[in-house]
Amino acid sequence: MKISEIQALLEADIVCGEEMLDKEVYSACGSDMMSDVLAYVKDQAVLLTGLVNPQVVRTAEMMDMICIVFVRSKCPTEEMISLARESGMVLLKTRKRMYEACGKLYACGLCGNGEAK
Amino acid sequence: MSEVVKFHFLVDGEDFTSAGQASVQMKKSLRQLGISPEIIRKLSIAMYEGEINMVIHAGGGEADVLIYEDHIELNLVDRGPGIANIELAMQEGFSTAPDNIRSLGFGAGMGLPNMKRYSDSIQINSKVGEGTQILMTFHL
Repeated sequence: MKISEIQALLEADIVCGEEMLDKEVYSACGSDMMSDVLAYVKDQAVLLTGLVNPQVVRTAEMMDMICIVFVRSKCPTEEMISLARESGMVLLKTRKRMYEACGKLYACGLCGNGEAK
Repeated sequence: MSEVVKFHFLVDGEDFTSAGQASVQMKKSLRQLGISPEIIRKLSIAMYEGEINMVIHAGGGEADVLIYEDHIELNLVDRGPGIANIELAMQEGFSTAPDNIRSLGFGAGMGLPNMKRYSDSIQINSKVGEGTQILMTFHL
């Protein structure tokens, strides 16, 4: 799935990384607990979260993720946006809640474990 | 690479929001050195967890990375309160982090277990009241 499709499915606003919307991603994960992301994520390229602090961007960077979707209308700070720009990451924000956002993406083929659905 | 390549970082313990800067920097340097992505990911996650721990528990510390021909050493040293029971601290889910850290997405008791998970060997020396040293090795 292209990041642009994620944006359309979640009716999300693009915060930064517009030039990378054509990139393909194959799996995602949703969590507000960065410790768990660091423990359990393998090759997921997209992180859905309702947590807003610079550690979210650094965690995603450590896991080689390329897109973060902020759910529940959470808005990343300027510091987070500049960290994401440095790392070449797309930031999106959606009004949808975590469950619905994950469900929509999963139903459209974006799986959770790195394998094609 | 016949010579040992060394990196040294001071981890600022004052500000949680800046935790992880050293790991991000190290990740970039490892990429420039042409280290394999899998090793880079493992080392930077372990270092990031270490940095977060030093900021949460120890008021900061120091991180050294030494790159040898066939392995990398990651050495983390702090002068924090020390770990009273290392066996307990190694259990997934055990945490002494305060609630405000949990609200930032950490303190799930996965820090030390993650360092063990992502490194090829880990050695922890800790003395209550004096500090903690964690030495991790990654095979190349």
